[in-house]
Amino acid sequence: MKWNSFSEFLAMGGHALYVWGSFGACLLLMIVEPILAKARRSNALTELKREIAARKENVNENF
Amino acid sequence: MSNRIVNWFKFASPQTFYPLAGKMIPWFWALTAVFGLVGLYIGFFVAPTDAQQGEGYRIIFIHVPASWLSMFIYLIMAFWAALGLGFNTRLSGMMASALAPTGALMAFLSLWTGALWGKPMWGTWWVWDARLTSELILFFLYLGFIALQSAIDDARRADKAGAVLALVGVANIPIIYFSVKWWNTLHQGASVSLTRSPSMAQTMLWGMLLMALAFWMYSIAVSLTRVRAIILERERHAGWVEELKELKS
Amino acid sequence: MAETSLLSALGAVIRRDLLLAMRRKSDVLTTLFFFVIVVSLFPLGIGPEMAMLRQIAPGVLWVAALLATMLSLNRLFAADHADGTLEQMALSAVPLGVLVTGKVVAHWLLSGLPLALLAPVLGLQFDLAAGSLGVMVVALLIGTPVLSLIGAIGAALTLGVRGGGVLVSLLVLPLYVPVLIFGAGAVEADLGGLGATAHLSLLAAFLALAAFFGPWATTVALRIALE
Repeated sequence: MKWNSFSEFLAMGGHALYVWGSFGACLLLMIVEPILAKARRSNALTELKREIAARKENVNENF
Repeated sequence: MSNRIVNWFKFASPQTFYPLAGKMIPWFWALTAVFGLVGLYIGFFVAPTDAQQGEGYRIIFIHVPASWLSMFIYLIMAFWAALGLGFNTRLSGMMASALAPTGALMAFLSLWTGALWGKPMWGTWWVWDARLTSELILFFLYLGFIALQSAIDDARRADKAGAVLALVGVANIPIIYFSVKWWNTLHQGASVSLTRSPSMAQTMLWGMLLMALAFWMYSIAVSLTRVRAIILERERHAGWVEELKELKS
Repeated sequence: MAETSLLSALGAVIRRDLLLAMRRKSDVLTTLFFFVIVVSLFPLGIGPEMAMLRQIAPGVLWVAALLATMLSLNRLFAADHADGTLEQMALSAVPLGVLVTGKVVAHWLLSGLPLALLAPVLGLQFDLAAGSLGVMVVALLIGTPVLSLIGAIGAALTLGVRGGGVLVSLLVLPLYVPVLIFGAGAVEADLGGLGATAHLSLLAAFLALAAFFGPWATTVALRIALE
């Protein structure tokens, strides 16, 4: 193990801002993007459900 | 032989691809996690401190994979685009538009991490280095693709127009890269390269490769998720969509 | 026989577009004035030191030429699309590629050529020497057709799309980068005493590539827009 303590690991030899700024932004975006993609799919699903329900209602009214 | 061709065209239909993609996504997430964790472990705990750049060099473990993926995804996008234009398959266009945001994200990450690397190493956030400059132009190309597709309401036309733009872009990328390189060498001397550090230890290379694999798997997972959303949006009037078990609940 | 008829069709399209433009001179003049004004604003923003101005002149003139060409891209197909002429052209016996080439040539005659001829006058504002002015004109004469050819692809892709004017700049400007680099580079090389031949030949290579692939891509894009 090359780090003597956790705080030394966090300090990154004085480059903490740059290293954690990079990795943090990367992690953040890679969490946000899948969430947005999943939200897009569930939006499409709810939209579809509403559409199908409306279609069925129309059919019932016509009878 | 003919059997195989038939099979490929079967998977090229949104109806069969939608559930297939759903089954594949968890596996790609698992691979992302495995490669990512091992890559990060090597990157932070095994790879030695760089003699010249100190700990700051560890940024390359995400900078280089992001740059690679941003270029690779553009190529794949152009490949799907060409397929869509040539064979008129619906799925290809959807794949191309599902890949674009992930590619743009990779290009952005590459620029962001490049800037954060440049500050301690070069003393400025931004250097008009050949790599960074062409990455910036690549980012613009992604933005243009996304903007064009979102400005066109008709999905079929959006796919085809996007395909032409992606192909024009892919033909131009080498020309852009070499002109930027030429311009860069004319205007300033060679600067410290982000990737070719002289003391590139074997473990650093392994960490970088594993992170690149993790980024690759991530890109596949997230673009498959997105292509499923796009399939639902586009195919809403198709009969098979109504039969989906997601809609029965 | 077939070749001559294609050439005469090409000539007819060019003549027609030039004639239409002559009826609406203000469109052409607006582009030119835009070029002049943008170039003249730079010394006001940067300061009047001649050494500095001489250094930035190639870049400023080229960026202004890029923007001016881009502004005029809208009228390449939009008017013909609006009144249905473009659809008639697509259905006619003459290949669409020939018509597209004719329209691009007309566009260059009305934007790139006047810009190149105007550039030496503006170059004088930046204290460029006569030799450099000559290189600038030659570079613009070779480079601006590339701008028209690439721009036509963007104009065809955004035909009838909402927000097309701004969108076309987003699509086309990144693709203009090589022309900008070598166009401005030619003048800079001449200023630095290196000779501009290498830059100019690369520009000519771009022109050959763009002349070969550009009209083809534009035709595909137009067919998509007209579907």
